[in-house]
Formats: sequence, structure tokens, C-alpha cells
Amino acid sequence: MKWTLILGAILAGLAIVAAAVSFVWIPYDILGTDVPNKLQPPSAGHWFGTDQYGRDILSLVMVGARTSIAVALVAVGIGMGFGVPLGLIAAANRGGWVDEVIMRGNDLIFAFPSLVIAILITAAFGPSAVNAIIAIGIFNIPVFARVTRGGAMPIWTLDYIRAARVAGKNRARISVEHVLPHIANLLIVQGTIQFSLGILAEAGLSYVGLGAQSPTPSWGRMLAEAQTFVTLAPHVAVIPGLCIFLTVLGLNLLGDGLRDALDPRLKVMRT
Amino acid sequence: MLRYIARRIASLVLSLAVASVVIFLLVEMVPGDPATFMLGTGAQPDTLAALRAQLGLDQPLPIRYAHWLGAVLSGDLGNSFTYKTPVTGMILDRMQVSLPLAVMALALAVLIAFPVGLFAASRRGRVADTTVMGMTQIGIALPNFWFAMLLVLLFAVNLRWLPAGGFAGWDQPVAALRSLLLPAVALALPQAAILSRVLRSALIDTLDQDYIRTARAKGLTRGQTLRRHALRNALIPVLTIMGMQFSFLLAGAIIIENVFYLPGLGRLIFQAITQRDLIVVQSAVLVLVAAVILVTFIVDLAYAAVDPRLRAR
Repeated sequence: MKWTLILGAILAGLAIVAAAVSFVWIPYDILGTDVPNKLQPPSAGHWFGTDQYGRDILSLVMVGARTSIAVALVAVGIGMGFGVPLGLIAAANRGGWVDEVIMRGNDLIFAFPSLVIAILITAAFGPSAVNAIIAIGIFNIPVFARVTRGGAMPIWTLDYIRAARVAGKNRARISVEHVLPHIANLLIVQGTIQFSLGILAEAGLSYVGLGAQSPTPSWGRMLAEAQTFVTLAPHVAVIPGLCIFLTVLGLNLLGDGLRDALDPRLKVMRT
Repeated sequence: MLRYIARRIASLVLSLAVASVVIFLLVEMVPGDPATFMLGTGAQPDTLAALRAQLGLDQPLPIRYAHWLGAVLSGDLGNSFTYKTPVTGMILDRMQVSLPLAVMALALAVLIAFPVGLFAASRRGRVADTTVMGMTQIGIALPNFWFAMLLVLLFAVNLRWLPAGGFAGWDQPVAALRSLLLPAVALALPQAAILSRVLRSALIDTLDQDYIRTARAKGLTRGQTLRRHALRNALIPVLTIMGMQFSFLLAGAIIIENVFYLPGLGRLIFQAITQRDLIVVQSAVLVLVAAVILVTFIVDLAYAAVDPRLRAR
């Protein structure tokens, strides 16, 4: 097994475990404040130190992991849920007007700077984690549609697909029963990459105040709040940023490792 | 070639048209009536109605869109609800920060990426290549706004070499460039990481070609072959990525401008969102999206000019 896969799985796994454990246990209450102990550096009592309200940063980071992971995961779900069927339909009707309409629609969404539109969406519908999910998810749709179509197209030329057609199966059934299982690896790898991009996007939106709102902790918002205190207590900004960085790095390495392990010929998109 | 250009122009116009509709509708959905915002919640109903009529808010949606689009096409983006000044002027002012920032960031990204990509490709499969590529993974995973904060902490707060934020203005060019340097580095590093990976793999693909073997057989050194033959041919995918990156940098500067309190287009958008100055939000986003779509269009044309195979499609 390649080292990228192992290191990636460890880093990404840490964030997922931290988020999962936070549902049953966190070192300190994150809603209570302890002002006399504010901006304390990391110590035995508070491994990651305390923030400007004296709250334990480790606890905040653990609960914040939930927000980042949930937003990115659901956004990938939206992208896959709409993008994969669209890509399968386009491939099944390759060269036809349905394919043309789907792919040109994709090109249109691609032409938009995703961050600007995500900001506009969250500004229009109000800043919240749900709107951040929608904004990030919409831009995942064309990525999955394109990757699915690209992966499915060559499969449609294979003999066993012809055999399935002769056996009387329609395009939809062939897409689901024969094409989809073949491109599952490709989708898993692309899903990992989009997951990491989703975490970065969520952090960016939360940082500018358009993601998860108080009192829901999120890594991006922790960074925004830390900005004022960064000179007094650098750890307040360093730790949440490090969490984003290591999780994204882990997912990227995991994506690369999975690609090599599953099929080195896979063509994934890096947007 | 003409057919290719015509198709690209058609898709450019379509993209711009769809962008204008999407932006118009999204801003229409923003809760809160600009007239109520301008007059306050205690305003008299008839005053409110008069202002709504004056702003054209009482017109049906398609009419409002047509009026807005007509005005936009003639270069009139209206007046800011908050500052009562023409939005076109405000955006042009802010572009003087955002545009040089994106150009500087792209230049830095290229300056970093080319030597790194060339170095890694020339040592492909060796420890040096693996190490450099590992480092680019770090660059890609860095959230640029966090990296920006770390840069401020090191170069502005601790070393005091560069300003932590704000913009000096172009009447002091050196100070202005100094205030854009850290934001440009923060924007450039992740892009440099991506670009160097693209350059490396494009170079490696090219290095497998027969004409490279011929060049080596002629007696050229590995470095000479790489620079004179491989690099030139590997540039095509690299140019495409650079075009996409410039668009990304223009749009991506939105968050970085907030870290450094730079008076650019991104900061204008956020200020306008908090002030509910919808006309500014609408216009600034439209300008940004149009700029990105235009850059993509220009890159497509440049790409076709460089690679004749594309024109034939």
C-alpha cells in the first residue's frame, strides 16, 4: 500500500474520529465562558489552549470538525446525486441533443466563479450552514456530471453493453446495472477530492461570515474570530487553520492514493 | 478558425446572458426592500411608495431586468443606495486594487511554478521529484486566508518588513506594491503548487515523444532538450490552467482582501452585503463574473491560436 494512502487515511480519519467522538464527549463545555482563563497557550489542562472567551480550543475544534465534514459531505452528496445521473444520461445519449444540452449547461455553470456565486447565494438567502451546503453543492454537480460522462462513454462501446442491448435492456437499466459499477472507483476518487475542496470552501465561507452561524463552531469562523487576537495569542489562529490544512491534505493524499490503488488510469478532475 | 471563433463568441454571449439573469434574480431574492432600507422602518407609506416608484421597484420583474440590463450595457450601473455615488466609479476605483493584485499573484505563481515544475520533471521518479511533489501537496491544501494570517504574523507583526493591511494608494507606487505583496503571495502559493504539478506532468508527457529522443540523439543535454523542445510543447495545457487561475485569482481575492483590509472589489461586495446596498452587490458581482467569463473566452482563443488541432474541431 502506498504511503500517500496510509498518511491520507490517518489525517482524514483523525478529523472524522474527532467529529464522531464530539457527539458523545468533549473535554470542556463549549457554550460556557471562562474569561479569567482567556487566550491561554496550550497546556496540560487545555491541550490546544483557550480562546478569547476562555473556551477550550480542543473542544471547539472537535465540534467544529462536525460542521466542516457535514457541509462538505452533503455538498458532495448533492453533486453526486444530481451530477452522476446527468452524466449517465449524457453518456447514454452521447452525441444527441440531450447530451448537448446537459454538457452545455455544465459548461455554463463552470464558467461562473464558484466562490462569487456561493457568496451571492448565501448573501441572498441568509448566511447559514445549509445555504453554504447548497452553494458548494451546486458547483459539485457539473464536476460529477463531466467525470461520469467521461468515464461512461468508453464503456458504452464495449461488447457486453451491446450484448445487454440485444438482450432487450433499455439505456437506463444498462446505465445503472452495467455502466455505474464500472465507474464507481472513479466516482469514489472524485468524491474524495470534492470533499477536500468542500472543506476549504466551507472554511472560506464561514471565515467571511457566510457559513455556519454562532453558536455552531466551525473552523472557518474560529479563524475569523481569532484574527483580532492573532498577535496576542497566535495559537488561536494557528490551530483551527492547521485542522483545515491537515484534513484537506489528508483527503487529497487519500484521493491520490485511492486513485493509484484502484486504477492508475483513472482520469479525475482537479478544479 | 472563423467557425471556432463564432462558436466561442456565441457561447460567450450566452454565458454572459445567463450570468446576468442569475445575478439579477439572486439579488431580487435578497430579503429586505432597498426603499425600506434607505428610509428606515418608520417611513410613511406614501413616501415609501414614492421612493419605490422612483427606483423603479414597483415595475414587474422582467421590465426591471430589461431596464437594468439596458443601463448596464450603456455603462450605467446606477447609484449606490448608501453612498449616493455612481456604482461604475466605485467599481473602477476598487478595480485599481483587485486587478493589480490578481496580476501580481499570477506573476508570482508563474515565477515559482516554472522552476519547480522543470526541476521535478527533469528528475522524475527520483527522491528530489517526490519531495518537490510532496511539497506541492502542502501548497494545494493550504487555505489561502489562513496562510495570509500566518504571513501577517511573520512578516508584518514579528519582522515588521511589510504592512499588515490597508492600501497606500497608487500615488505612492512603492508603498502600494508593498501593501499588495503579502496578499499576492498568499494567493499565489496554492496556485503555484497546482501550476507546477500541471507543468511537471505536461513536461513528462512531452518527454516521452520521439522528437525529444531525436533531440537527445543529436547531442543536446537533458536540460537543453527540456528547455528548448519539451517546455515549448508542454506550454499549451499550462496556458489553459493559467487562464483559469487568473479568473480564480480575481474571484479568490474576495476573501484575501478581507484579511488585509484591502479596498478592492471583494471588500466592496462584503461591505455592500452588510449595508444591504443591493445595487452595488449586483453590479460588483456582475463585473467580476463578466471578467472571469471574458478571461476564459480569451484563453480559449489563445489556446486555438497556439494549437491548430483545436480549430479543426
